[in-house]
Amino acid sequence: MSVSQANETNPVRQVPDRLRSPLQRLLASWEILLLGVAVAVFVLNSFASPYFLDPWNLSDATFNFTEKALIAFAMALLIVSGEIDLSVASIIALASTAMGFAVQLGAETPTLVLVGLGVGLLCGAFNGALVTGLGLPSIVVTIGTMSLFRGISYIVLGDKAYTGYPADFAFFGQGYVWWVISFEFVLFAFMAVLFAVLLHKTNFGRAVYVIGNNPVGALFSGIRVPRVKFALFLLTGVMSGVAAICLTSRLGATRPSIAFGWELEVVTMVVLGGVNILGGSGTIPGVVIAAFVMGMVTFGFGLLNVPGIVMSIFIGLLLIGVIALPRIARRMLAARRG
Amino acid sequence: MKLLKSLLAATAVAAMCIAVPAQAETKRIALVVKALGIGFFEAAAKGAEEAAKELGDVEIIYTGPTDTTAEGQIEVINALIAQKVDAIAVSANDQDALVPALKKAMQRGITVISWDSGVAADGRQLHLNPSSNALIGNMIIKLAADHLPDGGDVAVLSASATATNQNTWIEEMNKVKDNYPGINVVATVYGDDLADKSYREAQGLMQSYPDLKAIIAPTSVGIVAAAQAVSDAEKAGQVNVTGLGLPSEMAGHIDSGASKSFAIWNPIDLGYSATMLAYNLAAGNAEAKPGAEIPMGRMGSLTLNDNNEGAMADPFVYDSSNIDDFKDIF
Repeated sequence: MSVSQANETNPVRQVPDRLRSPLQRLLASWEILLLGVAVAVFVLNSFASPYFLDPWNLSDATFNFTEKALIAFAMALLIVSGEIDLSVASIIALASTAMGFAVQLGAETPTLVLVGLGVGLLCGAFNGALVTGLGLPSIVVTIGTMSLFRGISYIVLGDKAYTGYPADFAFFGQGYVWWVISFEFVLFAFMAVLFAVLLHKTNFGRAVYVIGNNPVGALFSGIRVPRVKFALFLLTGVMSGVAAICLTSRLGATRPSIAFGWELEVVTMVVLGGVNILGGSGTIPGVVIAAFVMGMVTFGFGLLNVPGIVMSIFIGLLLIGVIALPRIARRMLAARRG
Repeated sequence: MKLLKSLLAATAVAAMCIAVPAQAETKRIALVVKALGIGFFEAAAKGAEEAAKELGDVEIIYTGPTDTTAEGQIEVINALIAQKVDAIAVSANDQDALVPALKKAMQRGITVISWDSGVAADGRQLHLNPSSNALIGNMIIKLAADHLPDGGDVAVLSASATATNQNTWIEEMNKVKDNYPGINVVATVYGDDLADKSYREAQGLMQSYPDLKAIIAPTSVGIVAAAQAVSDAEKAGQVNVTGLGLPSEMAGHIDSGASKSFAIWNPIDLGYSATMLAYNLAAGNAEAKPGAEIPMGRMGSLTLNDNNEGAMADPFVYDSSNIDDFKDIF
């Protein structure tokens, strides 16, 4: 009821971007902090390896995160609204399998793109309908569809692979727009702006924050909560379809194990970007910087031939650190006050 | 964001101005495996280091993803391209998905070969098979014959009747069996690569052919089950189980005498040969083209077929003299 009271006293409804906390000012500068980490990683990498500062190498490095980041943008909105979608990597597998199947039937590139986007949309709609229509918790629903979608790919493909994608289809994942600037990177930059505008400058974006902070209050203030959430699942599904097109194009082949384990990397990217895993706060610029940090860390470690296991450990520690840091700081502040 | 972009741009420009660091004299050869932490590949890396020591001016970069995914291997390959390594020798997680990344490597002057698990022909210069069907077919009957100087009845315990690999090997074996006089192949049975079914089929063979001297199982499941059946029937010493198996699974049966020897490719030799081949191609000592013979140190030389593929050697024989060295490896 606090929302309606706020309405009476203040005609302009103020919904905070972030949860109120003693650390609001620190959280407000989260992106600055992350940017500092990004710059530090960049500088350390350039000192650690003589090969880091090479335009083509940096361009190659962007492929480590562009596809995951495309999904992370949509996932950020979903997590801000208090939901999650763990089936995104499996949607990639299913969309890629459908595109591979279409190739066998003689489909050309435009049809393949439509198939990829369409399957993504359908998967998103399926998740959204189960969550908003039946009121099931999204984490349970999408753990289920995670197995379901990839399971279909395994049934269709088994240990086989679809290949033979048309030559012009390779542009999405292997093409360059200008010099070292790849198509994927342009798409990443474009989507970053689009999602930033959507979340931070539109009524829809405000509604997403409100729902994440107080779903009941949102309902009472006239926001059609199920409809917004359904739209977010659709959006996540479509962006998974876009990522499927890019990844399939880059690999030139589809196997049911494609993009295995990406859902966790996408969620890691979102949380590292400062989005509260419980919903209600977070920004797109934060996710963009987090994408750069993760991409540069993996590439920098790769240049030093650090084994992948060590990389996973580092990313894990980074994530725990990022989540724990505000809490530790809050306790210390509270202790000082007490 | 803006800051980062301008920083990126600035450093990119700076990188253009700074001269590329001088290439060291040593050849850097990357051994890319399906995933790190697999005994078979750790052994291959050991072989690669052996080759590097022998060659002198070679640095081995042993690397691979955490999971056996194509995407993980592509990230690793991109990092290797960026380091301007001299050669990449890869055991592929996906024969098609790696092709674009490896093509890029070759465009930038890096020697690319595949070994163990191959890459489609346009994604590598040559592929090193651990062995060939003909060599395996010959080896499995030779293993049985070696311990039967006076000849005798032998039977084959295969995987399923439709298993392509096993059928090809048995076919190749039948082509050369006349070279082993006195060896009588009396039956071929199928255990479907199931432990319990293979066990029962082996029991059946011993009952149907009381004079049976050897069971040849060209499958790692079948050979273990057959050896177990022989042990349980207390016929160790009378019936010799041989074929293709893994040292870790067969060590106990070698000790008990149910199996005198068996074969499988030697990962150390494989890593050694892959390194030698990559070195010779990168150094310009040889060219990968159909019919070429490329030297690979102590392993002789690799003859390439029309598809630029070649077979390394006979499968390596494991017996009581060397099993302890390999049983912890794979």
